[in-house]
Amino acid sequence: MNIFDFAHAFFGDSANWQGYDGIPQRFLEHLQYSLLALAVAAAIGLPVGLLTGHTGRGGNALAFIANAARALPSFGLLVLVVLLIGFGLLPVMIPLVVLAVPPILVTTYEAVRTVDPSPVDAARGMGMPESRILFQVEVPVALPLILSGLRSAAIQIVSTATIAAYVSLGGLGRYIIDGLYQRDYEKVVGGATLVAFLALVTLVLFWAAGRFTVSPGVRRR
Amino acid sequence: MTSTAKSSWPRTRHTGAAAVALTAATALLAGCSSGDTSDNPLEEEKAEAGTVVVGSNNFAESTLLADIYGEALRAKGLKVTYKHNIGSRETTYGLMKNGSITVLPEYNGSLLAYLDPEAEQESPEAVNTAVKAELDGKLTLLDPSPAENKDSVSVNAETAKKYKLTASSTLADLKDVAPDMVIGGSPEFQTRRQGLEGLKSVYGLEFKSFKALDAGGPLTQAALTQNEVQAADVFTTDPTIVKEKFVVLGDPENLFGFANVTPLVHKDALPPEGVDALNEVSAELDTETLLDLDAQVQLDKKDPLDVAKAWLKSAGLV
Repeated sequence: MNIFDFAHAFFGDSANWQGYDGIPQRFLEHLQYSLLALAVAAAIGLPVGLLTGHTGRGGNALAFIANAARALPSFGLLVLVVLLIGFGLLPVMIPLVVLAVPPILVTTYEAVRTVDPSPVDAARGMGMPESRILFQVEVPVALPLILSGLRSAAIQIVSTATIAAYVSLGGLGRYIIDGLYQRDYEKVVGGATLVAFLALVTLVLFWAAGRFTVSPGVRRR
Repeated sequence: MTSTAKSSWPRTRHTGAAAVALTAATALLAGCSSGDTSDNPLEEEKAEAGTVVVGSNNFAESTLLADIYGEALRAKGLKVTYKHNIGSRETTYGLMKNGSITVLPEYNGSLLAYLDPEAEQESPEAVNTAVKAELDGKLTLLDPSPAENKDSVSVNAETAKKYKLTASSTLADLKDVAPDMVIGGSPEFQTRRQGLEGLKSVYGLEFKSFKALDAGGPLTQAALTQNEVQAADVFTTDPTIVKEKFVVLGDPENLFGFANVTPLVHKDALPPEGVDALNEVSAELDTETLLDLDAQVQLDKKDPLDVAKAWLKSAGLV
């Protein structure tokens, strides 16, 4: 048996495509956990990043907090949170959000801070209010980098959401964990392949989002 | 100047990441396809000669039993190392076969159900004989202990009240209500004969869904207490049964068979004095003792090794 046989056997079995343990259901659960975590992380990371990047203040503190958060092991944090507050979706969301906030926060801050100062000065000289400077001058120029931060956060979430299965939630990690306990390598390989596939899809989606939202003027440079 | 550097940066990183991913994927596939002779892609190491490796499955009682047997061997002057919390039987049996573990506390009937799902289980002795016939040639079972701990389907107090289930209720009484219930258990419970398969074929039970938890550990206890699942695979020596008023359902068809604590050993790696030591321990251990020791570990949170040592000493085995 090589890895392709395992994958072939897993995806070829029609029983794996239906019911509460079927691929569509597990895929949907995984997507749901990932999107929720990304939305919460973006809701925290983006405003703080934009604000600190625009004012140029708090950068050092930000870098310190973000690096500290990056050093937290998601798996350890998950088990700790479960022990503290019990089971459910919340204890899974906490490590995923903690994992995703730093890349969003740091890249957003850096992206806005390093925008070429001359158009910003020009806008300010013309009397633009600060909020319009941020959203109409700085953000469009910083967008490629901001998107790359969101992208790495999304990919990290998609691959780490597998740990939800360890505390009895669903998602694609279910196949990996169940397969190891049942000594069913078809399941393990199938689950791992699906997670990798979802990560690649995420990559493509962000690339497409960049094509459509980044101003051509910024992209060409 | 800054903007030029900035806009080209994401693109380069992109290509770099893709190249790294491709290389990694190729290496992984090459590595896996070269091991065609074995159906196990994971590498496993052999035990060091002269050392007795005592393993345990991924639940509290297995760790405790491994400590008890291991310390008894150590008292006979053998060199003992532990590999605790390895995983399910599906994993540990393979490790026993290839010699990575020398001694593993097993449950005779549960092991038989793993080796031959269809086997009848009439008495602990008959079970032991049947297991020995099915075992890999390098392995053997020692004497079964009177102590028994088997799987059971138990329901929480709320469910018992709702469906009027009492201590005299059996699995057969679940027939009509099972489709409304979520059942929980270890991931392997889903595919085992002493699990969903047997509940369906022997009792005709089909549950609403299955929730993968752990092997009778904290996840199972919490999920059952919080009514996340209405029924779960709970071990009969689990101290939380009494504490949380779970109702253990009877098993008239004997699906869960006998489950006497019995050491599974690798013949060549355990010297005769080790065999004698283990049999002496098994003879002393009974279900009541096991319940008491489990409660010390799981409820009082004592260290299993300390509990094991204290009991061996009080039983006069070391």
